[in-house]
Amino acid sequence: MAEDIIKAENKVYDKPRLITDTTMHYCPGCSHGTVHKLIAEVIDEMGLESNTIAVSPVGCSVFAYKYIDVDWVEAAHGRACAVATAVKRLHPQNLVFTYQGDGDLAAIGTGETIHAAARGENIVTIFINNAIYGMTGGQMSPTTLLGMKSATTPCGRDSALNGFPYKIADMLAHLDGATYLTRQSVHTPAAVRKCKKAIRKAFENSLAGNGYSLVEVVAACSSGWKLSPVEANRWMEENLVPAYPLGDIKSSTLPK
Amino acid sequence: MAAKDIKLMKGNEVIAHAAIRYGCDGYFGYPITPQSEVMETLMELRPWETTGMVVLQAESELSSINMVYGGATTGKRVMTSSSSPGVSLMCEGLSYLAACELPCLVVNCQRGGPGLGTIQPSQGDYFQACKGGGHGDYHLIVLAPASVQEMYDFVGLGFDLAFKYRIPSMILADGAIGQMMEKVVLSEQRPRFSDEEIAERYGSWATCGKGKRKERNIATSLFMDSAEMEEVNLRLQAKYRAIESAEARWEEIECEDADYVIVAYGSSARICSATVEMAREEGIKLGLLRPITLYPFPTEAIKSLAQRGVKGFLSAELNAGQMVEDVRLAVNGLAPVEHYGRMGGILFNPDEVLDVLKSKLIK
Repeated sequence: MAEDIIKAENKVYDKPRLITDTTMHYCPGCSHGTVHKLIAEVIDEMGLESNTIAVSPVGCSVFAYKYIDVDWVEAAHGRACAVATAVKRLHPQNLVFTYQGDGDLAAIGTGETIHAAARGENIVTIFINNAIYGMTGGQMSPTTLLGMKSATTPCGRDSALNGFPYKIADMLAHLDGATYLTRQSVHTPAAVRKCKKAIRKAFENSLAGNGYSLVEVVAACSSGWKLSPVEANRWMEENLVPAYPLGDIKSSTLPK
Repeated sequence: MAAKDIKLMKGNEVIAHAAIRYGCDGYFGYPITPQSEVMETLMELRPWETTGMVVLQAESELSSINMVYGGATTGKRVMTSSSSPGVSLMCEGLSYLAACELPCLVVNCQRGGPGLGTIQPSQGDYFQACKGGGHGDYHLIVLAPASVQEMYDFVGLGFDLAFKYRIPSMILADGAIGQMMEKVVLSEQRPRFSDEEIAERYGSWATCGKGKRKERNIATSLFMDSAEMEEVNLRLQAKYRAIESAEARWEEIECEDADYVIVAYGSSARICSATVEMAREEGIKLGLLRPITLYPFPTEAIKSLAQRGVKGFLSAELNAGQMVEDVRLAVNGLAPVEHYGRMGGILFNPDEVLDVLKSKLIK
């Protein structure tokens, strides 16, 4: 029965050409795989395969370099934007992007991120915000919501004890060097399509020499949140998205 | 033959001139005394308008060393300079650079420590430079200039060795060498490699974009499989053994007939060369062995002096006794090995060293 419909003319979806055959280590329900797919598609569609240098972080996407078939540099924890700064300055014609989570970007890498944006480096950051340290076992991150349980906030994040979460993309909006800042998600087919457009716009922005771009993706971490994939998507929509509202935060040109 | 290009310059200034003349692609730095003239000179010389070299002031030493890491992964000749507290911040990055087998140049114009310390010269970072500093089993090639001319020459040598072995090189200078002015002979301008030349020379590893390559390159030091991680370590260690057997450099002053030998490097060696003259006037047969490479250490040279019958060695350093451990390992019990040092940014005098030599070794 099924064999009857497996024909070339019936094909509606294929693995992007630039996604490698390596088995992904991501958990079921994780958003990373979807975002990887979008990046691979956009690089291919823009004809940038031979021209891209990607910088991967420490965290769940520490192995991102295994999955997308371009040159990759593995950065130390938090240092991706510094690494990418030099790569881009020495290779101004190339697409240079970093791929970072909320712990990597908004905790240990805050300084590197803010200064790369302030300098208006022509790089793109893809920022996966799932409000938790996934790889190390679900500890509190800077974007963990108040009341949210994690391995280091077992009774829920308490502002008196753990401080407040913050929106780094909104903070970056104050910087002249950051010209395209947007917050997306990949939890519905419509959101996936919008996110892909945003990634393409960010890549185009940086190749045009228009300064720093960041695409934040509000993402699900079913393992870290201890929810099923379906429950995680629902929890994300009901809790994370209101705290980190979707849409463009800034779209401008570099000041003269 | 064209007239020699000779200038009177500070040690720190020549680092900047040498970087440009040796075809450096990028300098990434952060201000810290006593080496801030390196970046200041580069910003005045504006090499991006001539050779195309990138010069960037980073927001921290953490960032500058990671910029060096980024540039190095792409096969470019990149460097930074700093002083002791700044180099401490760079040690994480140095471990990554060593682990990924990336060539680069780091200049440490040492100042007195520990902590924020002083801005006066010191040699307190010998352990950090030669024994690791960052985590894991790794080495840097460590060059110890004793003159402004060597500051200049070692930029070229440092890059050449870094690329020959795919290893970070460090120039371990100090505030005295960085701040002193001397005559320096500048070399001819060496052209920077084009992107095409880099792709051809370093295409087997450089992450400069796939270009015409079918296989992509990945710069990483992450190996989750223990067996694979050990293989990487064994490869690194094999490289270090090759460097140790081929690249040790040193200078011997009046060592042929010496009964006693001072081992000293950098600014200490300059002072101790005067100690040798004073001792010889008194009829003491004193020699000086000056390590030029601190890693690899000139172990064999010291060992052969000990085997030849030198009666005692004095390791004279501006620290509490660091290189003396390597001198002892080289001498291996054949003769007494003593240490003399000053700290806190204080230099010793030649006669002070001679007095110590007499009291500790010539009894």
